Amino acid sequence: MVNYVPVLLILIIAVGMAAVILVLSRFAAKNRPTREKLMPYECGVEPVGTARERQSVKFYLVAMAFLLFDIEAVFLVPWAVVFRNVVRSEVYGSLKYVFYGEMMVFMVVLFVGLAYVWRKGILEWNR
Amino acid sequence: MTNLLLEWVIKTIVILLILVTAVAYVTLMERKVMAFIQMRVGPNRVGLGKFKLWGLMQPLADGVKMIFKEDIVPLQANRWLYIFAPALSLIPALMTFIVIPYGSEITVFGRTIQLHVTRMNVGLLYVLALTSVGVYGIVLAGWSSNNKYSLLGGLRSSAQMISYELALGLSIVSVLLYAGTLDLVYIVEQQSVWPGHMGWNIFRFPLMFVFIIFYIASLAETNRTPFDLPEADSELVAGYHTEYSSMKFVMFQMAEYLNLITASSIATTLFFGGWNGPFVGRLPILGPVYFTIKVLALIFLAMWIRYTVPRFRYDQLMRFGWKFLLPASIVNIIISSTVILFWR
Repeated sequence: MVNYVPVLLILIIAVGMAAVILVLSRFAAKNRPTREKLMPYECGVEPVGTARERQSVKFYLVAMAFLLFDIEAVFLVPWAVVFRNVVRSEVYGSLKYVFYGEMMVFMVVLFVGLAYVWRKGILEWNR
Repeated sequence: MTNLLLEWVIKTIVILLILVTAVAYVTLMERKVMAFIQMRVGPNRVGLGKFKLWGLMQPLADGVKMIFKEDIVPLQANRWLYIFAPALSLIPALMTFIVIPYGSEITVFGRTIQLHVTRMNVGLLYVLALTSVGVYGIVLAGWSSNNKYSLLGGLRSSAQMISYELALGLSIVSVLLYAGTLDLVYIVEQQSVWPGHMGWNIFRFPLMFVFIIFYIASLAETNRTPFDLPEADSELVAGYHTEYSSMKFVMFQMAEYLNLITASSIATTLFFGGWNGPFVGRLPILGPVYFTIKVLALIFLAMWIRYTVPRFRYDQLMRFGWKFLLPASIVNIIISSTVILFWR
């Protein structure tokens, strides 16, 4: 558990670095705001409408699909880490086939899910 | 205990210093590689006073220039999110380097120091988690700029990153099947067994294809060409960093190059044997040297691809990630586990 202290250490140092960079530009740079500089950029013309319009729902669907397959990856990682030990050890005997088969079933189920998402057209157009 | 703390602090600071310098010089390397591929010479004039240094001071000149540029915060942007987003992109990019092993161990002044800052037994998951957090910076930058181009660029960029993160994670699972641990230090040590360099993971049967999937996914993950539509110069203005100027823009660029270096480092650790190489047992200082050479080779490969191949259209990109790379990495997991079950 004590191995995680450097994570805190580098977090503090990295935050410090980012803060120094931001403060540096605040004091070193000029600050002469004009109306044109402060407008949102739209290739030189006056911006039409706001940026808070409704966005396409395709992004939301992709995020949901990502979530599901990421959960699958979360289940796959611990299985993969112990797989070699289980297969190689004598203790498990023919239980190793069950170990392998169960995860294959899980992956087939998710593969069917991917096929469903594919057929439904979520992975199409905009993408 | 204070000895350990001091060791950590020194290693972290050394690694951060090396990283910041590395990022600067990777930008120079990019410009030189781009130039030579395009049959011209890159920046070669910036020297130091009257010493001709063949352009090696270019990153320093660029950095100093960027500090003095005007830092504009658009009027209608959400101020705090706007200022915070580049930091949110930069900080996870910096944090991944503490778990990567740069060498085995060296003996300095009678103390033996391990050449990795910390040894977590979930090192690989830590790296994956940090790349996922990096997506937040992009989304927030796109949203808080209050600019249609930024928003679209940010959404598309983040959708691309999460799609390819799946292929990345699942290809890592294939390597885990062979490695049996998430500890990066141990994965590298496993690749040093006889017969010498043939112990590297890339020479094992399904893992050579897994490396290709991993590398392509990591190019897409770091928004490098041919997957850089959301931020390419001639598309969508400049995507999520349109409204950023001066140092915040520099932070985004640093984060992008740091992500590239991270992806190459993980690829060498997982597939190319990390710090392994000839005679590294007798001369441990060669470990970091070999590591650097391999990482630079992979970065060069990424740049070579960038300046050779045209860009994907966004829908082609997403289709490729979901319909090809994701099933390919799942099939690779099935093949790897079957090979281990029945042959090894």
